[in-house]
Amino acid sequence: MRSVSNRSTVDLAPWAVPSRFAWKSCGDVKSRVITGCLCCRAVNVQMVQSQAPWPCTNVVTNFRCRQKSTKYRSLQTEDTEQQIIRETFHLVSKRDENVCNFLEGGLLIGGSENKLIYRHYATLYFVFCVDSSESELGILDLIQVFVETLDKCFENVCELDLIFHMDKVHNILAEMVMGGMVLETNMSEISTQAEAHSKMEKSEAGIAGAPARAVSAVKNMNLPEMPKNINIGDISIKVPNLSSFK
Amino acid sequence: MALKIVKGSIDRMFDKNLQDLVRGIRNHKEDEAKYISTCIDEIKQELKQDNIAVKANAVCKLTYLQMLGYDVSWAAFNIVEVMSSSKFTYKRIGYLAASQCFHEGTDVIMLTTNQIRKDLSSPHQYDTGVALTGLSCFVTPDLARDLANDIMTLMSHTKPYIRKKAVLIMYKVFLKYPESLRPAFPRLKEKLEDPDPGVQSAAVNVICELARRNPKNYLSLAPLFFKLMTSSTNNWVLIKIIKLFGALTPLEPRLGKKMIEPLTNLIHSTSAMSLLYECVNTVIAVLISLSSGMPNHSASIQLCVQKLRILIEDSDQNLKYLGLLAMSKILKTHPKSVQSHKDLILQCLDDKDESIRLRALDLLYGMVSKKNLMEIVKKLMLHVDKAEGTTYRDELLTKIIDICSQSNYQYITNFEWYISILVELTRLEGTRHGHLIASQMLDVAIRVKAIRGFAVAQMATLLDNAHLLTGNTQRNGICEVLYAAAWICGEFSEHLEDPMQTLEAMLRPKVATLPGHIQAVYVQNAAKLFATVLRKHEGETDSQAAQETSQLLIDRLPLFVQSANLEVQERASCILQLVKYIQKLQQKNVEVAEEVTALFAGELNPVAPKAQKKVPIPEGLDLDAWINEPPSESESEDEKPKAVFTKEEHKHSRSRHTEVDEKELARRREARKQEQANNPFYIKASPSSQKVYDAPGVEHIPVVQIDLSVPLKVPGVPMSDQYLKLEEERRQKDKAERKKKEKKKKREKRGKGRKADSGPESEEDIRPAHQVDIVTEEMPENALPSDDDDKDPNDPHKALDIDLDKPLADSEKLPVRTHRPEVLKSPAEDRVHESIPLETKKKSGKEKKEKKKGKEKDRKRSKEEKKKKKHKEVEEELLESQPEEAVQSEETKEAAAPPTSAEASDLDFWLCSAPVPPAAQEETAPSSAAAVDTSSAAALESEPDEPKDAEPEDTKSSKHKKKKQKKEKEEKEKKKKKRHHHHHHHSDAGGEDSVQNGTVEEEEPLPPMSNYSLLAENSYIKMVYDIQGNHQDESKVVVSVIFENKSDSFLKSMEFNVMDSLNSKLQRPEGAGPHDSLTVPFQLPPGVSNEARFVFSVQSIVMPQKLKGTLTFIVKSDESSTHEKLDFKLHFTCTSYLITTPCYSDAYAKLLESGDLKGSSLRLEGISMPFHHLLARICFHHHFSVVERIDSCASMYSRSIQGHHVCLLVKTSDQTVSIDAKCDEPSLLGNVLDEIKQTFSKC
Repeated sequence: MRSVSNRSTVDLAPWAVPSRFAWKSCGDVKSRVITGCLCCRAVNVQMVQSQAPWPCTNVVTNFRCRQKSTKYRSLQTEDTEQQIIRETFHLVSKRDENVCNFLEGGLLIGGSENKLIYRHYATLYFVFCVDSSESELGILDLIQVFVETLDKCFENVCELDLIFHMDKVHNILAEMVMGGMVLETNMSEISTQAEAHSKMEKSEAGIAGAPARAVSAVKNMNLPEMPKNINIGDISIKVPNLSSFK
Repeated sequence: MALKIVKGSIDRMFDKNLQDLVRGIRNHKEDEAKYISTCIDEIKQELKQDNIAVKANAVCKLTYLQMLGYDVSWAAFNIVEVMSSSKFTYKRIGYLAASQCFHEGTDVIMLTTNQIRKDLSSPHQYDTGVALTGLSCFVTPDLARDLANDIMTLMSHTKPYIRKKAVLIMYKVFLKYPESLRPAFPRLKEKLEDPDPGVQSAAVNVICELARRNPKNYLSLAPLFFKLMTSSTNNWVLIKIIKLFGALTPLEPRLGKKMIEPLTNLIHSTSAMSLLYECVNTVIAVLISLSSGMPNHSASIQLCVQKLRILIEDSDQNLKYLGLLAMSKILKTHPKSVQSHKDLILQCLDDKDESIRLRALDLLYGMVSKKNLMEIVKKLMLHVDKAEGTTYRDELLTKIIDICSQSNYQYITNFEWYISILVELTRLEGTRHGHLIASQMLDVAIRVKAIRGFAVAQMATLLDNAHLLTGNTQRNGICEVLYAAAWICGEFSEHLEDPMQTLEAMLRPKVATLPGHIQAVYVQNAAKLFATVLRKHEGETDSQAAQETSQLLIDRLPLFVQSANLEVQERASCILQLVKYIQKLQQKNVEVAEEVTALFAGELNPVAPKAQKKVPIPEGLDLDAWINEPPSESESEDEKPKAVFTKEEHKHSRSRHTEVDEKELARRREARKQEQANNPFYIKASPSSQKVYDAPGVEHIPVVQIDLSVPLKVPGVPMSDQYLKLEEERRQKDKAERKKKEKKKKREKRGKGRKADSGPESEEDIRPAHQVDIVTEEMPENALPSDDDDKDPNDPHKALDIDLDKPLADSEKLPVRTHRPEVLKSPAEDRVHESIPLETKKKSGKEKKEKKKGKEKDRKRSKEEKKKKKHKEVEEELLESQPEEAVQSEETKEAAAPPTSAEASDLDFWLCSAPVPPAAQEETAPSSAAAVDTSSAAALESEPDEPKDAEPEDTKSSKHKKKKQKKEKEEKEKKKKKRHHHHHHHSDAGGEDSVQNGTVEEEEPLPPMSNYSLLAENSYIKMVYDIQGNHQDESKVVVSVIFENKSDSFLKSMEFNVMDSLNSKLQRPEGAGPHDSLTVPFQLPPGVSNEARFVFSVQSIVMPQKLKGTLTFIVKSDESSTHEKLDFKLHFTCTSYLITTPCYSDAYAKLLESGDLKGSSLRLEGISMPFHHLLARICFHHHFSVVERIDSCASMYSRSIQGHHVCLLVKTSDQTVSIDAKCDEPSLLGNVLDEIKQTFSKC
């Protein structure tokens, strides 16, 4: 059974699906988009959000699963990391819609052996940087699996989920990519583990955690600036329902 | 206590959590830095509290800030605190923070060792999992050494979740602590056959990663991976394995041969594009590693190229990109097969996607020929003009130069054109590649003597218009060109029309703004020009002109003397003094020209790059050896004089040595020249190259005519275009002349070596515009042929280059935890202290057992191997080695030799033997032997045919043992059975033997298949053929015929002809009559085969067709030559009009729903082959692709060249196969089904 579902991850040819999906048009969405970008550094992943020219946000986050080999690591401090993210975002964001999803990043990402492979969902870019031992189309699938898993775990994921729950996204990613190498590609396996994690978390918090949860729920609901933010991010990433998935 | 907890949690309610922080940052866009600094202050306060929950929250926020680019290394210790919390929630926060912030330099890492170890052995699998994930990001050499053993234990954990993580992290451990590779490898190998697919995939992942860097150590795993490849259904794993084989095949060509069949089958049967692409890639790697020429291979190349073409034509840009990428790999070894797709690649040049354009540019490199170079470059020049963005334009520029200069300017027929292209390129705005253009100009001018006159004229114009190049300060990249221009004008100044003018241009005050190194060249070459001017005016009665020149120099040079650049200053002042002296002499009317010219006499020869490096060290010279014994320590008190002394001695010895070897050198030089003369690929230096440049030879070279026809500057039109036109005219003229000549010749001679349809002229026919001799670059005598390794010495993978087949020595075990704190011990120390304390030994007992097992395994194998040969000596050896087993550590090294050879021969055996069906299968299904493919060669190979099988064994044994004992056939058979039996027993025992002989595979690999079927055969020649359609043209099919010469004579003048029917016609060149035959474009030496393609046009494709034809040829033996004829019948099946087309299941479903298709069905009885073989066969022979497969049911799709859809639903249940088919053309469908039936009735 498992082998069948595993197969589907590679077989479903998601690159045949348009990478930009319909999104709810709510007011001046364009001007307030949060652009995110997830970048996997030969295997370790970075998530970047926006160096956007619009005033909405200046959040830059990066997710790393660290790369496979230590060769380029020595150079990386927080600053160079930020620079890589910025330039990656710059490269990716100026690309047209109907162009291929591979980019040669050159020296920025450690030479010609490495490639940037990205996917564009609504306003988010998921960028993986991989070396030549990974299959290009395979990584495209992997991104798809990642996004679908996020969708499953967050129940209809939207950008705000990713922004406010960085840690959770990171934990899900850790179940997929570890130490720069692909650990698991089966979506149900990944989400099972993620669910098990959150179950444990809840049971540990127990009664002591309840008041804190209540407070944070109240904070989320009542704070005056909240509606504005929700409006900003009310663009959900729609994951395509592919017939071959079932 | 309880109160405290409640109070703590109430405090926490009002602390900021991560979400609050994120929200806050988003609300403080204007003063983000200030906001964050207050947040950090808060976090610092929180970290000081005792409550772990508060700390965890703070660390969680810090992690986020780290991701924003803030330095949080100051909190490293708090992170460790949170990591050691007993609660999973907090632990996870801690490990996440650690994985983000820790790196090798973090000093608190050493405090974590025990904590991590505790977590690794935690009873909760998620604690362990989180620790493994975190560790994978910040593992250091110390951590790796200390924890390797714990992680290795986890590799056999009961939970697959832990196992797969442990397996994967081993790679990082190996990188940091290479000593752990050998002890851990047997277990890693075991995990390749783990029941959990996740663990298996992790193990494959790790081994592929290791093998990619050091493939040769992993060759022995090839059989195991082969087995995995044929049995695995997980595409991720398949892709990894296929990639791995791509890395292995260059080391073992036999492996490539074995791979090619299963890979082609996969290519035909898979519907996953990613898998298909990787298969194609690996097939390419295989083909590159094999020497080409075998007919099968040209078919595989064709298959690859064809598949890639489908990818490139796809509307999906990703596939297009990858197709081009793979194409460029084929290009390196099989440029011919790629060249036929030139149209497609040129089309990609216009793509709007830059990545794709760049890939297409890469491919162009191999597309050029003498014929089309100008045309292609012209196209590129257009792109240069249009291109936006300097990066792409620079890329174009480098590609143009690459393309033109490749293989020693092989494709350039007209160097004047090339020079003008280079000059045009200098007009590019803001390019960084001025130096590249400059070096090309220099190279061409130096090495192509005939062009010098033209080049000098062009360069003089450039110098004259230097202000255009230097005008814009941003364009300083391009002024490098002036460097070349000045040098060329100076060095070859005898070709200058008006040296005085050029000299004047070179000494303009503006020059002083150029970069220093260019000025230096200007100054130096001004002196050369000066010499030329002087010589010109020599003998003239009136020395006025010469004196004016001197005055000019004296006036202008002081400008350069003041230069800040040392080089310029020095040269200028030197030359200034010289000129002043000359002026004095001139005033005394002394003839000076000759002396001045002598300063610059002599030709400069080009020197090959790396030439200096390649000067071999003369024999007997040991630079490290002492020449005099060093004085003892006590005598020499200071080091310095000693060093100087030895240095001098070295010099001395070298010169002495050369003296001695003068004769020897002369001899070698002679030998080398001889060799070069015999080498057709070596472009010889013209004999005149050694002479001074005013040798008379140069003038004889006809350059002048074209000079006249092209004015130096045509306003509006770029010069290179003029050349293009000229070139076309010239070629036309040439062609016309040639035709005239040819007509005079006898008809028989016409066909020699060239196609009769001489529409496009072939390569050899293009005569270069003028005789060009390219001077070779000089290399030192006896240059070493090998290129230096450019490997990075810092590559961490170098340390992992370890022989894995050697049995483990006792000293190699992993360090095991002791009660002593040994965290800070370095690995080196560790090795010294090999006398391990008692407790360590105890703990590693398990491990030892493991090792012993491994050793026994090896021995068993070696025994087995030798038993097969029943060699007495070997048995004795084995007996001897028996006691060795008892003796432990000391003896292991000596014992090492036999097992490795056994391992190697195992691999040899696996590679040599044909795939023999497993014995068990033979018993249950006796018909399976007959189920082998019909194609003769394949059948021969795979049948368990006795002598065939014996052969590889023999060769193998002869390899290892010098003596080979002849045995009775029966005896051998017995033995073989025994072996089978043995193996079965062995694998029953627990599958310990991981390297198997390939004879016991769980699933029978697909039998090799070939689509080529016999066309005709006689005692001279054998023809096999295959028919393929292509998508581009709905009325054409290509018939590939392989001609194989079976005789001992030479076959030539082969002519191929068929009788056209109304429906199908052979495509003949224009002008040929409908009954003319086509000349096969090659000759066949004895035993050689080659492939030719013929295009047929067809009208209706619903019916199969047979065409009669004949092949005539001349058999030429030593004394006689005879005309021979062979009749054949070309069978166009309906299958041959089908083209494998991938189809996605949703599109497939739509197609079936549409109702346009008419159905038909077919039942086949008594089919005993496995279902996947059946499918593979339909895919392969009938050009279908699998859309979906569920258990014993599969849907398949194909399309005809005229766009008919053919859909199949294949079901199987015990020996009966039913095929339901639908197609929009019922008669086509009926015929295809008949053909499928026939295919299966044959087996």
